[in-house]
Amino acid sequence: MSELDLLKDGERQLTICNACRYCEGYCAVFPAMELRRTFSKGDLTYLANLCFDCRDCYYACQYAPPHEFGVNIPKLMAELRTETYRRYSWPGIFSALFNRNGLAVTLITAVALMMILLPVLVFIGSDVLLATHLGEGAFYRVIPFTAMVLPPSIIVLYALAVLLGGARRFWREAGGGFSKVIDLRALWRATQDAFGLAYMKGGGAGCNYPDASFSQSRRWFHHLVFYGFLFALASTSIAAIYHHFLEWQAPYPLLSWPVALGTIGGIAMIIGTTGMLYLKWLSDRDPAAQSMLNMDVAFLVLLFLTSLTGLLLLVFRETPAMGTLLVVHLGMVAGLFITAPYGKFAHVVYRYAALVRYAVEQRRIAGQ
Amino acid sequence: MVNLRGPIDVLVVGGGNAGLCAAITAGRAGARVVLLESATKDFRAGNSRHTRDVRYMHKAATEYVTGPYTEEEFWQDLRQVTGGETNEVLARLTIRASEELGEWMPANGVRWQKPLRGTLHLTRTNLFMLGGGKAMMNAYYDTACRLGIGIAYESEVGELIIRNGAFQSARILRNGASQEISAKAIVVSAGGFEANIPWLKEYWGDAADNFIIRGTKHNQGRMLKELLKHGAKPVGDPRGCHAVALDARAPKFDGGIVTRLDSPPFGIVVNKHVKRFYDEGEDFWPKRYAIWGKLIADQPDQIAYSVIDAKALPHFMPSVFPPVKAHSIDELAIALDLDPARLSAAVNEFNNAARPGTFDPGNLDDCRTEGIEPPKSHWARRIDTPPFYGYPLRPGITFTYLGVTVNERAQVVMQDGRPATNIFAAGEIMAGNILGRGYLAGFGLTIGSVFGRIAGREAARHVGT
Repeated sequence: MSELDLLKDGERQLTICNACRYCEGYCAVFPAMELRRTFSKGDLTYLANLCFDCRDCYYACQYAPPHEFGVNIPKLMAELRTETYRRYSWPGIFSALFNRNGLAVTLITAVALMMILLPVLVFIGSDVLLATHLGEGAFYRVIPFTAMVLPPSIIVLYALAVLLGGARRFWREAGGGFSKVIDLRALWRATQDAFGLAYMKGGGAGCNYPDASFSQSRRWFHHLVFYGFLFALASTSIAAIYHHFLEWQAPYPLLSWPVALGTIGGIAMIIGTTGMLYLKWLSDRDPAAQSMLNMDVAFLVLLFLTSLTGLLLLVFRETPAMGTLLVVHLGMVAGLFITAPYGKFAHVVYRYAALVRYAVEQRRIAGQ
Repeated sequence: MVNLRGPIDVLVVGGGNAGLCAAITAGRAGARVVLLESATKDFRAGNSRHTRDVRYMHKAATEYVTGPYTEEEFWQDLRQVTGGETNEVLARLTIRASEELGEWMPANGVRWQKPLRGTLHLTRTNLFMLGGGKAMMNAYYDTACRLGIGIAYESEVGELIIRNGAFQSARILRNGASQEISAKAIVVSAGGFEANIPWLKEYWGDAADNFIIRGTKHNQGRMLKELLKHGAKPVGDPRGCHAVALDARAPKFDGGIVTRLDSPPFGIVVNKHVKRFYDEGEDFWPKRYAIWGKLIADQPDQIAYSVIDAKALPHFMPSVFPPVKAHSIDELAIALDLDPARLSAAVNEFNNAARPGTFDPGNLDDCRTEGIEPPKSHWARRIDTPPFYGYPLRPGITFTYLGVTVNERAQVVMQDGRPATNIFAAGEIMAGNILGRGYLAGFGLTIGSVFGRIAGREAARHVGT
């Protein structure tokens, strides 16, 4: 479906929803919809990113296929979200990466891995790569410190810049002015909703996921992934502090903050991503968009592999496998951050922006 | 696949709200229950899939209702809308038993909608199901499955075999094959006949061809006809049906809630000869929309047109089909296929008759007409601000009133006044006992739920479980 057809169908479906309103108790999408009578591109983008794909509305819908109205909000919203990620990514030429996202993410990660492995083989040598290294600075004997820190920092900064640029354009198109961001109460509300995954509760009983019965499993697996990721991020940050301020080099002992947090985070992400992939495998395809599913799987697999290689690196860091595992793990991390603005990772910023927009809007109405 | 060959205690015909309440209640009482649903799984649950809220008696406000609703007030409301066409014994029984629904329904999987800021205003009298009727029915079907109740979709009963006032078996059509099912008791909860156009024509003539059926196409009234054929005592006016004004572009069946149109009080309504025919501002639309179906059914070709201007648009719920839009009344008439000269004349006449007043959509305001027939009593503002909008309107049938008589045990009462021992009825097929006329929001579900539970309980008791 072309973008124009998608927008037209979006307006058609939401006009039906707006005349019905039976689903208004499920999530934020419907109360936000009820404030509108027409649905512009910006409105549709905003509502799509407010949708957490819980699917409660789909199974409750008297107009869902095979009804002739064919209302399928989760699918519509997922298609619109794919468009959001594509449209707001930068530079425009990379938007093609969304067409076959699974393939793109795999290739980029493979190239990133090679870009690490080849210099190591050429400049460091396979004998060093395959040797056992012990004690402080062991990792840096395989990959020098500057090489391990500088390129990833650039990649992360680049990813952040692209994502924030996208968020800015999203915010403008969704009808928010700059002044509206400075609503601290709304920001706090949106942050609570984001960190609690409020709208993965559906109407309270959970998502209709993977099938028509209600379940909280998707929310809990997502929590494991998200908080696992935050733990891993905290682990890296603390390690950086140790390195720069305490002049204490990795690897760190098992009973240290970086290792403890990294281990907990890694295990949580492995369980979380496995669970989410399993639920997706089982999930009803009728309310799903193929483009989004493709993106989801690519992102989850990459997160899984990043966590797995990180944990394996910990377990085997005192064996000759360390060098290879380090290269592979760094390859995965590089792939994850290079593709962050061009894949499912982007949902973090757009969803949060949509939640803020919603909180601002609801507060304004309450104040009227 | 459900086994229809094994011994069955209670056979439930019709998988809407009443049928599921009966099946669940009988199943909980230990009966072996099989439920037959004529629709596919996707379209199961008849008109219940289009419902939104249920009216119930309660002593105090809760998280979900704003205040008490006593038996006496409930009864007075019912007496008023039915104009006395109700059986007080059964009505009071229903009202009293409805008190339990606030707990029984959630105990069987239904969730209530919490108050939302700025959107749904909680009412004092009705509970709103989270997600509406289809979500409620999904919950009931899940509960029924957990109780081991056999559910057969696309299974339609063609004939009931009843001897000496006792049900013996049902001949059903399933997967293209006919088969006979025996059971010790039967609960008939198969709805009315509003989707049966030939039957409606018996009372309405060819006008019925232009009726839109708001609910399922499966309500053909076959079970109602069978029971009447076997000597059940009818109740309710056969010609009676609840008819509202719908957007004429609505689908013939199953359009549900979204095709209703709330514009009439904010403009004028004319028929195809561009004549106004009723006071559009007589009262609030929710109190009046139910008479407009009948009014339009009595117009030539059963069609009418609501004409408004730009001022009116923000005052009613968005409609599912966009209005016909034009920059002049002439242009609007052409787009609606009406005579432009007549429409201009009708609008002018109305505009000249509209007295100045203070427009207030939330109250019966003082904007009214003088000197035209019919008058418009409220919200009569001049139609003078382009763009102008028009909606074609048709009668939309929600349900029919004709049913079978039942007693307080939900047993079907025969012509001789004696109840059939093992034939029970619940839902729309017997609602005419209690709601013989008129309409009370959310009361159809009340009757179906209460009598579904009674039928299930009594059927299980009859088979000795």
